[in-house]
Amino acid sequence: MTAELGHYALVLALSVALVQATIPLLGAWRGDSGWIGLARPAALVQCVLVMTAFGALMYAYLTSDFSVLNVAANSHSAKPLLYKISGVWGNHEGSLLLWLLILVLFGAAVAVFGGNLPAPFRARVLAVQAMIAVGFLTFVLFTSNPFERLLPAPIDGRGLNPLLQDPGLAFHPPFLYLGYVGFSMAFSFAVAALIEGRVDAAWARWVRPWTLAAWCFLTLGIALGSWWAYYELGWGGWWFWDPVENASFMPWLAGTALLHSSIVVEKRDSLKNWTVLLAILTFSLSLLGTFLVRSGVLTSVHAFATDPARGVFILAFLIVVIAGSLTLYAVRAPAMKGGGLFSPVSREGGLVLNNLLLATACATVLLGTLYPLFLDAVTGEKITVGPPFFNMTFGPLMVPLLIAMAVGPMLPWKRGDLLGALQRLKFAIAATVAALLLTLVLAFDGPWLAIPGMALGVWIIAAALEEAAHRLRLFRVPIGESMRRLLRSPRAAWGTTFAHAGAGMVIIGIVASTAWQVEKLQVLRKGESVAVGAYAFKFEGATPVAGPNYAAVRGTFRVSRNGMEVAIMQPESRNYQDPPMDTTEAAIRTGWGGDLYAVIGDPTGDGSWSTRFYNKPMIHWIWMGALFMVFGGLFSLSDRRHRVGAPARRDVLAKAAKTAASMAGK
Amino acid sequence: MLMAVLRSLLLALCLLGSVAPAWSIAVDTPLDDPVLEARARAIHKQLRCLVCQNQSIEDSNATLARDLRVLVRERITAGDSDDAALSFIVDRYGDWVLLQPPVKSGTMVLWLGPALFLILAIVSIAVWYRRRPSPVVAATTPLSADEQARLKALLGDGDPV
Repeated sequence: MTAELGHYALVLALSVALVQATIPLLGAWRGDSGWIGLARPAALVQCVLVMTAFGALMYAYLTSDFSVLNVAANSHSAKPLLYKISGVWGNHEGSLLLWLLILVLFGAAVAVFGGNLPAPFRARVLAVQAMIAVGFLTFVLFTSNPFERLLPAPIDGRGLNPLLQDPGLAFHPPFLYLGYVGFSMAFSFAVAALIEGRVDAAWARWVRPWTLAAWCFLTLGIALGSWWAYYELGWGGWWFWDPVENASFMPWLAGTALLHSSIVVEKRDSLKNWTVLLAILTFSLSLLGTFLVRSGVLTSVHAFATDPARGVFILAFLIVVIAGSLTLYAVRAPAMKGGGLFSPVSREGGLVLNNLLLATACATVLLGTLYPLFLDAVTGEKITVGPPFFNMTFGPLMVPLLIAMAVGPMLPWKRGDLLGALQRLKFAIAATVAALLLTLVLAFDGPWLAIPGMALGVWIIAAALEEAAHRLRLFRVPIGESMRRLLRSPRAAWGTTFAHAGAGMVIIGIVASTAWQVEKLQVLRKGESVAVGAYAFKFEGATPVAGPNYAAVRGTFRVSRNGMEVAIMQPESRNYQDPPMDTTEAAIRTGWGGDLYAVIGDPTGDGSWSTRFYNKPMIHWIWMGALFMVFGGLFSLSDRRHRVGAPARRDVLAKAAKTAASMAGK
Repeated sequence: MLMAVLRSLLLALCLLGSVAPAWSIAVDTPLDDPVLEARARAIHKQLRCLVCQNQSIEDSNATLARDLRVLVRERITAGDSDDAALSFIVDRYGDWVLLQPPVKSGTMVLWLGPALFLILAIVSIAVWYRRRPSPVVAATTPLSADEQARLKALLGDGDPV
């Protein structure tokens, strides 16, 4: 009964979405306030309906209702509660329903919090959102119905892939989708602005918080995914340039560019056409990501769907959305004229450079991801585009970007002085030189690329800190004055500091863990030990253990350094029954200096076991850095400037913005 | 990875009832000679796991990846040079097993693409900068008498600003 209720709610949601996609748009065109006013309640009703459907599916999973095909195929009564919940989106149909849920939640958020948007504009935004919803609802209802019944119901379900039964992966898809779908807001705002033919600072100010929120979620989603790969897949690889990873990375690159270019629109009324185009492209890449993963075009750990009929539908939808929005762009964009002028060496110029390199990098990833499909389709030739290609092409593009991202925030708007900016970064330069010399001394035999690599990371962090020190006028004015400045300076600027420093941390983590990793493969007998760098691992034997839905062998290793015991590590190799599958559960010990990583494999038959050990220096900086970036984004989001729906403050803000704009313009 | 999962799943389903699934975590035994082992590992890093997506056989815990690692170790022990061992595998599985696609007519666009993108981006931005009025000119051109008058009026005549 609940499944039918959910199905029915989806059908109703589709009809509401159809109304919401058309009537408010016509109303805004005709100036009919009644029709315009329909957008808000429609968005709310649609949200309630999709929530009902999602709740119905969740209920079916929680009660293990195996008469629902989706539940029977992906769940099992013995599965822990968390994975019953995450099982809802651990499959094709359910994950699409999650996509839809997030889409309508964003729509409802505009309806509720978009009070300061002009009503016709809000109606257009919501209409565009509803158009996307129509596409996805049709897709779910006609090709991927999660509420299909299976009669007679089986006694138990087939279970969830054990690799996916993991807390990191339980929350990975929701965050990723919050990111993907969050960019639909930028898209809807861009299309609505194109329909109106007006893009200005106010538009950028409305778009920025949504883009920023989407970017934070996407960053977190990608970080969770790579963390999961690190401890669950193979032995400690965290990024494989897998097409599915690339599918999430491309919107991230484009979204990062969008985040930066929209600053220029907001502050300087320039780069408008490009920003609108970027908003369209970012969401198109999010859709492409969904298409790549969901259509079965790629086969990879995330690709649950293998039905080509679905692929054709998504491809058609993709073409309609991208071609439609780009046509609208081609018609409307030439009429929009950019405002503020600036020289190439200026804050704006720095942001243009950022966009240039991010867009090129994004295009490179797109080429590398799609080229094997393209070549296969055209010539039937099969090739693999693996990490070496991306390291060789993507890597060099990132170097100038990373060097420049330290200088950009030091440049003034309109026209800057590069030498002056570098002079203001003298401490950062000194720190970078020190880091260069220190790595040279400490790791004279290390891979030579690691030395500039570490220095680059230090450069970004030190420059971010020095820029913040300039903002506070630290040590130039009395400390009390600096504290006052700390409280008064805009949070968005601090967001930049955190996020940029986080990027530097990611670089350091990547460089150090790649360059100085120590790896040991060894067949060990009970009582034997092996040296891994400065650490000794002593094998204390292996014992069978029973988990809630698996059986395992657990190895025990005593880890010591200079004769002092530092840890006991217990990796497992697990054998799941529903579905039957073997997985390795690495034991990871995170210390200040990095991670120790231990894997236990097969018994060799004569009482010894094959094992793998790693010492991965500073690898945790990668995820700490990502968290810093997310924190920076959230902190910037809390800036009062971004807070929407505060009408009382609006006049003051508008006046302040006007004064600022007129002063900047003169 | 998923293919690995699916295949082992399929296999397990076929065998269900006849054989219990064996322990088969693919952590393997290294060669005794560290020089040979290092050479084998370097080759492992260039080959993709046949059933995963973009993972090298060195990084993968799939059974098929282990089999391939064992094969490479056998070739190296048998006295093959690195190139010979690599082409032994490529002859059997095609260019597809190489993580770095070879440079040939079919991959020209792929290898030149990123450089072309960069050049295109730089040129279009250079053209864009050139075609718009220079901010330096705009900033240094003296105001006309009319503009002076308007400025004076806007600033409020005589008020110190």
